[in-house]
Amino acid sequence: MFNRIYKEKGIESVLFFVSTLTVAVLFLICLFLFRDGILLFKETSLLDFLTGRFWYPTSVNKQFGLLPLFLGSLLVTAGAILFSVPLGIASAIYISEIAHPKVADFLKPFIEILAGIPSVVFGFFGLVVLVPFMQNTFNLPTGQTALTGSIMLGIMALPTIVTISEDAISSVPSTLRQGSLALGATRWQTIYKVIIPAALSGISAAVMLGVGRAIGETMTLMMVTGNAAIIPSFPGGFLDPVRTMTATIALEMGEVPQGSDHFYALFAVGSVLFIITFLINLIADSIKKKYRFKVD
Amino acid sequence: MGLSSKTSEKIAFSLLILATLTVVGFVLIILGYIISNGYGTIDIEFLTQAPNRMMTQGGIYPAIVGTIALIIGSMSVALPIGIMAAIYLNEYAGETRTTWLIEMAINNLAGTPSVVFGLFGLALFVKYFGFGPSILSASLTLALLILPIIIRSTEEALITVPKEYRDSSLALGVSKWQTIRYVVLPAAIPGIVTGSILSIGRVAGETAPILFTGAAYFLPRLPDSIHSQFMALPYHLFVLATAGTNIAKTRPIQYGTALVLLLIVLGLNIVAVLIRRHYRNKLKI
Repeated sequence: MFNRIYKEKGIESVLFFVSTLTVAVLFLICLFLFRDGILLFKETSLLDFLTGRFWYPTSVNKQFGLLPLFLGSLLVTAGAILFSVPLGIASAIYISEIAHPKVADFLKPFIEILAGIPSVVFGFFGLVVLVPFMQNTFNLPTGQTALTGSIMLGIMALPTIVTISEDAISSVPSTLRQGSLALGATRWQTIYKVIIPAALSGISAAVMLGVGRAIGETMTLMMVTGNAAIIPSFPGGFLDPVRTMTATIALEMGEVPQGSDHFYALFAVGSVLFIITFLINLIADSIKKKYRFKVD
Repeated sequence: MGLSSKTSEKIAFSLLILATLTVVGFVLIILGYIISNGYGTIDIEFLTQAPNRMMTQGGIYPAIVGTIALIIGSMSVALPIGIMAAIYLNEYAGETRTTWLIEMAINNLAGTPSVVFGLFGLALFVKYFGFGPSILSASLTLALLILPIIIRSTEEALITVPKEYRDSSLALGVSKWQTIRYVVLPAAIPGIVTGSILSIGRVAGETAPILFTGAAYFLPRLPDSIHSQFMALPYHLFVLATAGTNIAKTRPIQYGTALVLLLIVLGLNIVAVLIRRHYRNKLKI
């Protein structure tokens, strides 16, 4: 009997230890990113890095200004969200409120196919189809633009937005729905006056996660945005090439000598990226918690 | 007074249908394009031969081997850790501060960009541990990337096991661990398998994490140990499409590689959906 209790305790401790590995990994990521990132600030001040307008990592007068890369990421992500949020939420409403359950059962996994397609395949498709299309349509010198990136990224963010919004909408208690219909409201009135407001925090969590996914995307953007590290203008910059933070890391890390300023600068960019996605996740998480509480 | 409520409902519903059709259209166009352009390239030789003539001819065999090596390497690390962590979180953990911390860590790992995992893999595995650019470094990096997916799907599988299963087992005097081992886990297997399959798809398709941890543009020989560099399908496609010796000439190989990658990932996804469907209703009491 005694043995058995020890064995049970032992197993529980092992399982506990293994699950704390996740915390250790997160801690190590912070440590290793920041450790190398901080070394940049021996040469370049933090302020110069955050507000610098030029990213010239290899010229004689090296400059490591984050602004063009940060604004590039922001522009592409904003475009993607503007395009995928209305589309994604509309599809989620259709799937959970209007479509026949059998149709919904088919549509959900079908849209999730998008989540499974590797980003390099999206990038390849963008490169051979959308890039020439953009070039011809807008009569541009190159079709590798911020807008091209936004469209591809918007498509990639759709499954996240649709799936999580759909979860939020279908977890609205049916008593709310029936109450509204019983009062004589039409189905559409019920949807936009009762169900959407009730599901709003869940939907905003979906949007946040979509943003997180978009800001971290690398391969697709590297292949379709042209990678020019200049501060984009707004809104005309949508038709110019841009360079995102993620693409910068992926493009330059392979060629940079280890231990150089440039090497540390890329880790500093990685740290900024990590902090941004970390915050977005925390926000999405706290929104989600709130909304669970409400529905219960 | 504007439109009648009936008319506005009709307009709204049509717009919602239109939006959904647009999304479905994206899926169809992308799949259709890759499939129709790629299927002419794929034959036995394409799948079993190495690239030759400066990558402009031949097949993608070494890239397939590399991708399989990454799948085996990363799954053998992430699967045991992920399942154990999920068992702890679902069966043992109380609502403590530590549990909150673990949950927070998992959420954040799931949201961390893959290129950041690549940087981390470079700093920790390639440099700090001295594994160099290798199958080992890349597999470990990918293992961390899929860990949250495996934990989440296993947790979901464990939650759906009815409480009655546990209660009846415990009432028979079976210990908690034996209950988990012989009652709860077997019932959760389909869910765990589904999650694993989706993770395999993720490993097969990720490029950014392997860019600096061991993927090679071209290797004359197959890798002979976990310390070798490797070729992998997604990286192969990326290099051919953006930096190959002759981008236009290798277009057919690019379409073929994209299609093979797509078929692997979609095949795995379809299997996962079917398993989920098949077992969804079996557990209900």
